[in-house]
Amino acid sequence: MTGEFAFRGVVRTAAAVLVVAALLALGSLLPASNPLSVSPFVVTLAGKYLAYAMLALAVDLVWGFVGILTLGHAAFFALGGYAMGMYLVREIGARGVYGNPDLPDFMVFLSWKSLPWYWWGSDHVLVAAVLVLAVPGALAALFGWLAFRSRVGGVYLSIITQALTYALMLAFFQNGLGFGGNNGLTDFKDVLGFDLHQPGTRAGLLIISALVLAGAMLATRALVGGRFGRLLIAVRDAQSRTRFLGYRPDQVKLLVWVASALIAAVGGALYVLQVGIINPGEFAPANSIESVIWVAVGGRGTLSGAVIGAVLVNLGKTLFTAWLPELWLYGLGALFIATTLFLPQGLVGLGRHINRRRDEVTPEVTRPAGDAA
Amino acid sequence: MTDPTMRFTRRDFARFSLAASAAMLGGSRTLRAAPPSGEPIRIGVLHSLSGTMAISETTLKDVILMLVELQNRKGGVLGRPLEAVVVDPASNWPLFAEKARQLLAVDKVSAAFGCWTSVSRKAVLPVFEELDGILFYPVQYEGQECSRNVFYMGAAPNQQAIPAVDYLLSEDGGGAKRFALVGTDYVYPRTTNQILQSYLKQKGIGDADVMVNYTPFGQSDWQTIVSQIKAFGSAGRKTAVVSTINGDANVPFYKELAAQGISATDIPVMAFSVGEEELAGMDTKPLVGQLAAWNYFESIDTPANQAFIREWHGFTKNPKRTTNDPMEAHYIGFNLWVQAVTKAGTTDHDKVIETMVGLKQPNLTGGVAEVLPNHHITKPVYIGEIQEDGQFNVVWQTPREIPGQAWSPFVPETRNLIGDWRAPIRCGNYDTVKKACLGTRHV
Amino acid sequence: MSDRRRRIALLALLGVALAGAPAPSRAQTVDAAPPVAAAADPYAGLTSPHFEAIAAAVGRLGTEGAPQAQAVLRALSAHHLFVAEDGGLYVREGESWTDARTGAPVTSAPAGVRAVRENNRVRGALAQAMAGQALLAGDAAARRDAAARLADHPDPAMLPVVDRALATPHEAGLEAPLRRARAAMLLSPGAPATGEQAQSAAVRVLRDAGGLDARAVLARFAADETAPAEARQAAQSAIVTIDRRIRLWSLAQQVFYGLSLGSVLLLAAMGLAITFGVMGIINMAHGELVMLGAYTTYLTQKTLMAVAPGLAAFSLPLAVPAAFLVCGAAGMLIERGLIRFLYGRPLETLLATWGLSLVLQQAVRSLFGPTNVAVATPGWLAGSFQLGGLTVTLDRFAIMLFAGAVMGAVFLVLRRTALGLQMRAVTQNRRMAALMGIRTARVDALTFGLGSGVAGLAGVAVSQIDNVSPNLGQGYIIDSFLVVVFGGVGNLWGTLAAAMTLGVGGKALEPLVGAVSGKILLLVLVILFIQRHPRGMFPLRGRGVES
Repeated sequence: MTGEFAFRGVVRTAAAVLVVAALLALGSLLPASNPLSVSPFVVTLAGKYLAYAMLALAVDLVWGFVGILTLGHAAFFALGGYAMGMYLVREIGARGVYGNPDLPDFMVFLSWKSLPWYWWGSDHVLVAAVLVLAVPGALAALFGWLAFRSRVGGVYLSIITQALTYALMLAFFQNGLGFGGNNGLTDFKDVLGFDLHQPGTRAGLLIISALVLAGAMLATRALVGGRFGRLLIAVRDAQSRTRFLGYRPDQVKLLVWVASALIAAVGGALYVLQVGIINPGEFAPANSIESVIWVAVGGRGTLSGAVIGAVLVNLGKTLFTAWLPELWLYGLGALFIATTLFLPQGLVGLGRHINRRRDEVTPEVTRPAGDAA
Repeated sequence: MTDPTMRFTRRDFARFSLAASAAMLGGSRTLRAAPPSGEPIRIGVLHSLSGTMAISETTLKDVILMLVELQNRKGGVLGRPLEAVVVDPASNWPLFAEKARQLLAVDKVSAAFGCWTSVSRKAVLPVFEELDGILFYPVQYEGQECSRNVFYMGAAPNQQAIPAVDYLLSEDGGGAKRFALVGTDYVYPRTTNQILQSYLKQKGIGDADVMVNYTPFGQSDWQTIVSQIKAFGSAGRKTAVVSTINGDANVPFYKELAAQGISATDIPVMAFSVGEEELAGMDTKPLVGQLAAWNYFESIDTPANQAFIREWHGFTKNPKRTTNDPMEAHYIGFNLWVQAVTKAGTTDHDKVIETMVGLKQPNLTGGVAEVLPNHHITKPVYIGEIQEDGQFNVVWQTPREIPGQAWSPFVPETRNLIGDWRAPIRCGNYDTVKKACLGTRHV
Repeated sequence: MSDRRRRIALLALLGVALAGAPAPSRAQTVDAAPPVAAAADPYAGLTSPHFEAIAAAVGRLGTEGAPQAQAVLRALSAHHLFVAEDGGLYVREGESWTDARTGAPVTSAPAGVRAVRENNRVRGALAQAMAGQALLAGDAAARRDAAARLADHPDPAMLPVVDRALATPHEAGLEAPLRRARAAMLLSPGAPATGEQAQSAAVRVLRDAGGLDARAVLARFAADETAPAEARQAAQSAIVTIDRRIRLWSLAQQVFYGLSLGSVLLLAAMGLAITFGVMGIINMAHGELVMLGAYTTYLTQKTLMAVAPGLAAFSLPLAVPAAFLVCGAAGMLIERGLIRFLYGRPLETLLATWGLSLVLQQAVRSLFGPTNVAVATPGWLAGSFQLGGLTVTLDRFAIMLFAGAVMGAVFLVLRRTALGLQMRAVTQNRRMAALMGIRTARVDALTFGLGSGVAGLAGVAVSQIDNVSPNLGQGYIIDSFLVVVFGGVGNLWGTLAAAMTLGVGGKALEPLVGAVSGKILLLVLVILFIQRHPRGMFPLRGRGVES
């Protein structure tokens, strides 16, 4: 495993993310008459893509490096988003349609009399920041601890991650839970006193998203690049042998799993800030599967591929839902089929192939059940 | 992104959406008819064409395309042709917000027609308010909202739920004394049932005689709940079900009712979300006599409705395509918008919004829809019974149109609220007791 | 003619007198009160625009035995009864018209006709009246149905009819429902005063009959403050008795609901148990194959309706092989065209088949439209029957039997045929199987085809109880995977056990915590279970199995 060689693209991609984000942010601050000005619509979109890229990065970390095909990572993303959404809802204060300074609109609307206990403190930004990390982190730790301890793996794990996000989706759909039911949390006004509708705030959030994403990319690269990274690959490709060598694969997996959940959660928080709505639909299993597809399209186990895949697929979705509203699903479906058939290593793999720099460390895939290895 | 790219994108958006719309209409029909000329006026169509809501919303997209075509044949608006920009928010609520922003910021539409679910409306609401757009919302909803930028063409609870319960309470409706309120767990059923519970209490029906049940979206196994309803109905007093079950879950619900032998003469079911389009996907024989409350039924025999249905069959090239209430709401909304633009002489959003209040548009079923200061409209209410042919037989109607109430007087928190976007109040949530605007006034 | 009319009017009056004066509520409501003349003309009410007057007229016609009244009621229930501008009532049979009051044919079509108005109130009265007539004049089966209907919808106005039926000789099977009907009528509002003795006896009859309808009558009687206290007390304790019986049966009922839900899960999951469990292919398009099966059912039904409407009742038995073949063929196509390139990469088949599921959904949406299509339930599957206190709905019962049959067939194929042997050989050790001369590629295609065909069969069953729409598959995919994993991959018995556990468990939780929370709780329990037992309830042991 030659870490530096395999992940050279990560630094380049992180740099590219920062530069593009900076240019877009600057462009959006120019007056509309300026030929270089960028529409705020584009800034919001870019912010959304970067939030999704965080999710893809998180998926790649567990799928590409520890071999856990998660079909429920959007759960952590959405939980992070809800934690941020709670803070943003409280920031609205008395400016809601009912003018109630204590209760969010949807609680007044359903005749709630007081704030449920789990909303306490959500109006403090620090508490919100802690919640963004703590809730998904704790869930991931609990879930991972139970799963890895009993060596649940392969498709079994995939299916129960899917069941987890499905259960959360059903739970959040319930109005009784106190998170706005199907409507979720929306109509946010400002964050830390900055008006969310101002181009300046938008540009700032985009820059922050880019910085956070780049930071997360470099951090994960550091995590998987060194000695620990080799351990990860060992766990992924030969778990039993690694265990016989005296390592504890369950602990290794748990650590990466929780780290990945935290990255997804931060992505969710950034998403809500820029998209302006969080609702139970984010927990839908289809969203989790889609995030896996971004990674597959970009190139599994490359980190930069996850980011590139997330941005490109979502860009395509944005364009095609507008250009070919009746046909775009065919395109999306065909893209996934084509990627798995013809681009097993994603775009990054294709790039490497073209550059004739195909190296031996591109991820191997675990053998199927029952197939003679 | 630099400006040339931006312009390229924008032009591309336009070209592709035009091409797509033209393709949908078939080669011979184009959006630009001969007489109108000049820069087209764009209107946005924000309905899901894929995903779970496509089942209901695709039709509404088609209606707007038809209305655009008709209007262009009549010479467009202000002498300019209309052009529909169709996007697919794919039943994904954040994507609704994104597409709304695209329609307003990139395509610069003069008005948008769209949304079905309340959550999609809530998702796009901040966008329409921020960018000062105009949205025509065509579906019955839970009320408790009054935005300056939205025109609510569907029924508020007082234009559907309350008259429906009045009918069930009447002798003709069976004189129900017990009510099972069954709904999908989201905001519309929750609010509607809250309003109904409070209303029923006023009518002397106690808590013991009201059963409330919520199920998740897409509930497909109704065995337990139907048997609960059956048991609830065995208390010796006439029982009725008020159903706010969301579209998809209705088919298995009615199938289970029929299987367990509950007929409309025993325990009638009054539905607020079952229309002609939903019935087209059901075997209606076991449903005869079940009720629905709407502001429009395809079976209502008026010349305007006949003409509309004829036009619709011609446009879809399908003589069996049904029409339904939200389609009429789009028809009303579209024509009101055309009137407003014509009267204001401009598509400027602020001017059009100001002009809208007070405009009148004849309904397809008779009577007149008038835009009220709270951006809702007046609507007649009809109760229909399902017939074997999948149409509704109107058994009751309100003597005159009912003005839509944005805020329900049956919810304690909103008892004193009104919406009035005219000068001098200019406020969507004005407290008539405190004489103050709780939200933001438009100045 | 007028002579005849007078006679009918007289009969009507007699009927009214026999009934012991119509229920007072009927004649009261101010604006809708039928004109006085109606007393002489029992048909006049039918021409009214008010449902109340129409229902009252129907009720009166029902209590008389006059053949013309019967004919009019039959015409009304067939929607053949019309009102003309001049207030005349006419029956239309095809193109010919007859005067409803006299039965005399009319030469020229009456002017300005409209159908007699109908709503639930009128239909209720009509069903009641028809039952009364059937009781007096119908054949044995019709009389039994009529007696049961009158017992479940007691109307004291029908008391003379029941008494007359009791007084005339009748078969043994009719006695009990007639007694029940009579008892229920005696306890209903508007019943003639019969005294406490008779009422207490009636309470006992209903108590012994049991059931929700009897309970409803007793509850209404017990709440009636004008009734004698002792009889009310008896009714109250009869309700307690009935409730206890219902509670006992409801346990069995919950199990039935659970098993029927489990059967649906089993059908949906069985195809997956083959493709995923046996072959290890994560087929996310499985739900879409179920959807294709349901659409095949729709097409079969539609074709049959167009070609041979007489055979429409057999559309489901025909749809079974059709759906199996269509989905099986589609499955083999998918395997040959897509999945075979991905053997050895199970997680990537997941992505590819998910893409495929999007394409299939959109394709069906383009072909059949985004809305639901109507699949009719044939008459022999409609309704329910009572088994003691258990309500067995026919469609659900048929699905349970069907699931058992499909399960048995799949088991036979896997265990008793050469193909099954080859399938197991290939999945356990592909290379060895190939060396033994098994054409593994062909076996792969056939196995996947079998799994897909079984998914199609699930579609046939689902079309009877659920929406048939492009989104149909989405509703089943997660549950199906959960069933297979929960039961233990590769083990059909495990799939059966898991489906039934989830079905019965779900239905047991539903009344306790509600449908939504019940589902969530069940999911969490399954997650926890799999985390304790990663291989499901019935793990396969052996070398061939590696995850």
